[in-house]
Amino acid sequence: MAEVGNQAPSLDPEKINVILATDCGSTTSKARFFKKLKNEYRFVCAGEAPTTVEAPYEDVTLGVRNAVREVEELTGHKLLSEKGIIDTRADEKTGIDLYATTSSAGGGLQMMVAGVVKSMTGESAERAALGAGAIVMDVIAVNDGRRLHEKIEMMRHLRPDMVLVAGGTDGGDIEHVIQTAEVIRTAEPKARLGIGYKLPIVYAGNNRARKQVEEILGSRYALTMVDNLRPTLEVENSEPAREAIHELFMEHVMSHAPGYDKLMKWTDVPIMPTPAAEGRMFRTIAERRKVNVIGVGLGGATTNVYSVYDGKFVRTVSANLGMSYSICNVLHSAGLQNITRWLPFEFDEVEIRNVLRNKMIRPTTIPRTIDELVIEHAVAREALRLGFMHHKFLARGLRGVRIQRTIADIFDQRAFAETYIDMMNIRMIAGTGGLLSHAPRRAQTALALIDGFLPEGVTKLAQDSVFMMPHLGVLSSVHPAAALEIFEKDCLVRIGTCIAARGTIAEDADALKLKAMMPDGFAVEKSLKFGEMGLIPLEEGRSASIEIEPAKELDVGAGPGNKLTVEVEGGVVGVILDARGRPLTLPQDDKERRRRLLQWFSVLDAYPKAALERFGQGLELAFKVGKSGRAN
Amino acid sequence: MALAYTPGLKVKASTTIRAARRLPIPGDVLVREGEKVGFDTVVARTSVPGGVEIVKLVHLLGIDPDEVAIYMRKKVGDSVQKDEVIAEKKGILGMFRSVAKSPTMGVVQQVSELTGQVTISEPPVPLEVKAYVPGQVEKVLPNEGVMVRIDGALIQGIFGIGGETHGIVAFAVNSPDEMLTIDKIRDDYSGKVIVGGSLVRVDALRKAVSLGVKGIVVGGIEDKDLSDFLGYEIGVAITGHENVGLTLIITEGFGRMRMSERTFNLLKKLEGKEAAINGATQIRAGVIRPEIIVPQLDAETRPQMSEDFVPQKGMEPGMAVRIIREPDFGKIGKIVSLPVDLQVVDTESPVRVLEVELEDGRTVVVPRADVEIIEE
Repeated sequence: MAEVGNQAPSLDPEKINVILATDCGSTTSKARFFKKLKNEYRFVCAGEAPTTVEAPYEDVTLGVRNAVREVEELTGHKLLSEKGIIDTRADEKTGIDLYATTSSAGGGLQMMVAGVVKSMTGESAERAALGAGAIVMDVIAVNDGRRLHEKIEMMRHLRPDMVLVAGGTDGGDIEHVIQTAEVIRTAEPKARLGIGYKLPIVYAGNNRARKQVEEILGSRYALTMVDNLRPTLEVENSEPAREAIHELFMEHVMSHAPGYDKLMKWTDVPIMPTPAAEGRMFRTIAERRKVNVIGVGLGGATTNVYSVYDGKFVRTVSANLGMSYSICNVLHSAGLQNITRWLPFEFDEVEIRNVLRNKMIRPTTIPRTIDELVIEHAVAREALRLGFMHHKFLARGLRGVRIQRTIADIFDQRAFAETYIDMMNIRMIAGTGGLLSHAPRRAQTALALIDGFLPEGVTKLAQDSVFMMPHLGVLSSVHPAAALEIFEKDCLVRIGTCIAARGTIAEDADALKLKAMMPDGFAVEKSLKFGEMGLIPLEEGRSASIEIEPAKELDVGAGPGNKLTVEVEGGVVGVILDARGRPLTLPQDDKERRRRLLQWFSVLDAYPKAALERFGQGLELAFKVGKSGRAN
Repeated sequence: MALAYTPGLKVKASTTIRAARRLPIPGDVLVREGEKVGFDTVVARTSVPGGVEIVKLVHLLGIDPDEVAIYMRKKVGDSVQKDEVIAEKKGILGMFRSVAKSPTMGVVQQVSELTGQVTISEPPVPLEVKAYVPGQVEKVLPNEGVMVRIDGALIQGIFGIGGETHGIVAFAVNSPDEMLTIDKIRDDYSGKVIVGGSLVRVDALRKAVSLGVKGIVVGGIEDKDLSDFLGYEIGVAITGHENVGLTLIITEGFGRMRMSERTFNLLKKLEGKEAAINGATQIRAGVIRPEIIVPQLDAETRPQMSEDFVPQKGMEPGMAVRIIREPDFGKIGKIVSLPVDLQVVDTESPVRVLEVELEDGRTVVVPRADVEIIEE
């Protein structure tokens, strides 16, 4: 399945030795510099600067120049001229062979989608738009519960970059999809960028209604017809719609965004939406390792979640869940209590609210104190949790398909009503984005990923080293070998493996017994009570055979109470043992909740010892804070 | 990040401001280039489509969609009154007659033979754009609006709510430290833009609304008070459309925050003058910040700067900066050095830092992302 519609130019890989890639994020423009060194492609250095797509600058290339200039300063390699990026290499220290960029600046690609039945073509259209890397502003459907005039009001108000219209199976009834087109004509939605230019609309519905849709919308909008994304109830064919979205993104949307006309001339490869580029790399992980993977890009404005599950790839972009501009929307969506439940210290709710608001109004600032860092990590857990909830809602089977049901199916309602993602079958969770990539200790990323996604059984954890997945994603569209080499050697940091039990038992009851045969031949034994976490140090690149014996109500992958022996890989944190159960609940009692958090943070050595000691003052802790924790 | 800068908020006694006054959709521009405009001069006008009602003839008359033309009594473009018959099906021998009436006054916009529905559009709603600031029309943007040029003082806040308005600047506090408490909101502040110090509480805001105060400019507010005042919690920081009875501009941030001396002192100089204010805030990489604009009507103070300051070259030693994150939030100092190498700060993050000598004599190391340049 091709990812991008607009074809990248063919380049001679042999002649590509010096590569510059940038990502114009909503907050920061990030330059990454790669070189072929001794016959292998490697990451050399990074430069960053605030994105300048909006007022007062209104020229994205200014931020790109600033980020690239930082690379120049750090390497002494001349990359910029008056005109822009020096795109021909004069010598070893001047110019580049390839420049590529991704973009989510200015709010990314914002789309409105329409279908006939919300849970059928509406949902398929939403998946197609999200799959193309868009933010879905609203889903319109005949049965969405709103009256027609309410839909029209909403469409007039939204100002999307593009509209995707789906509806009906090929050859089926055309009335409803025509009604949708008529509603759009009545509403006359206007494009977000560029007053007076025609709003692009992609029609991917019933092929029998094309003529009528053309008559209704053709003269007023930049209308593109593609194959039906739901030709039959049993089939979802989103690729043609996705390709059209990518082409229109470049032709219509990007060309109207401030400074992108210049940036488009600088690049050798079509500009790719950041989520589309990130998605390519997460798919690469899943395909190369042949496992089910969940990936996440936790950004300043959005949270992008990707899953590759039994070969199915789904991408969701949760607009307004993010760590800077959108931090208060996480507060709004999750509620203050869900954020503060992750804080191990005493706090004043008014103060926490103010801290988050101050981050919102000054989104490029970074925490200077451990307390504020811990608060941001608490928000990150909730952004991941909410982003994953959104993802699971769309990562489910096609609605409307007639299925022969058996008695067993009736008992297993989940198969019909919920996501097909079973965390017990996920083998890897990987994260990227500023907060995850720049966390001072990798254990902080590990905890955010574990608490946000709640893996079950045995799951590897990985992260993007310095945030370069989008860069490698766009690079892979023209030079997959270089992208893959850099990805494996410099991008993907193996955090370790998480072993987590599904189910719940009484607090402090015996939960897990583990026996690990370490690579040096020694055996390590651990036992954990319910509610605890533990750690077996195991370096990156090494593996150990671990026998896990859960309590009879708990499951680590072999069924409740069944022993599992598994080969696990190490990482910069090690093998993380999670006996907190699933679903995970935190103690209601405030002091007990803080004790628990401090045990988890201590055993993983997630924060400096002095800070943990300070957080624990006044709590009678049954363990010493610091590296040892309680788990023996 | 040598070039990673957070441009500071503008606090300028005298500058040239160009206000873009644009319609959201094309329309008529009502003023000419060079024309003088006042706060309330209407510079452009258009009309936005009115509400829409759908009449389902198929259901009401019991007909097929392709039969609607036969039964329509009105055609596309016809005006209709509320309850006026728009379609009629006569029954046998005059019995069982069924009619479809317009649910609203408007115009027949569309008659669909595919869906059997008639769309009635209500009359367009006029939309006007005012000059907002008194000045001169510098440029006409055909069908879109104008650029109004004004010489005057410009103060940006960090966050605001409520839209464009104007009023005389009045002071309710004596120092930037002082809180704007309910007892300081006087009856004679009606119609004025009042300046507080470090914090305004929700009871003071409510009293100000009841008195008809146009705007409040203050250092800080508790987030909880803001939510209580609005009646909801702001998710994404895109504001300006709130209809809460006044425009509120926060100059420093959330919590009790002493208003910066520069802002307070400049506002003091503007006391008694009429200010245009707007709480609209949009926080993105480049931002829309709330603003207070006071025109320079007297000739003796001409602008010193004709163009907006857009930092191009980044930070340099000697430059004045303000710390914008705890600890030391709000403190002002001068850059001593900009080490090239990353340095580990208290959070253990290796980041680009700068050394700042604060006004109290201390020298602190701060991430470059946590300061803003003070525009001189």
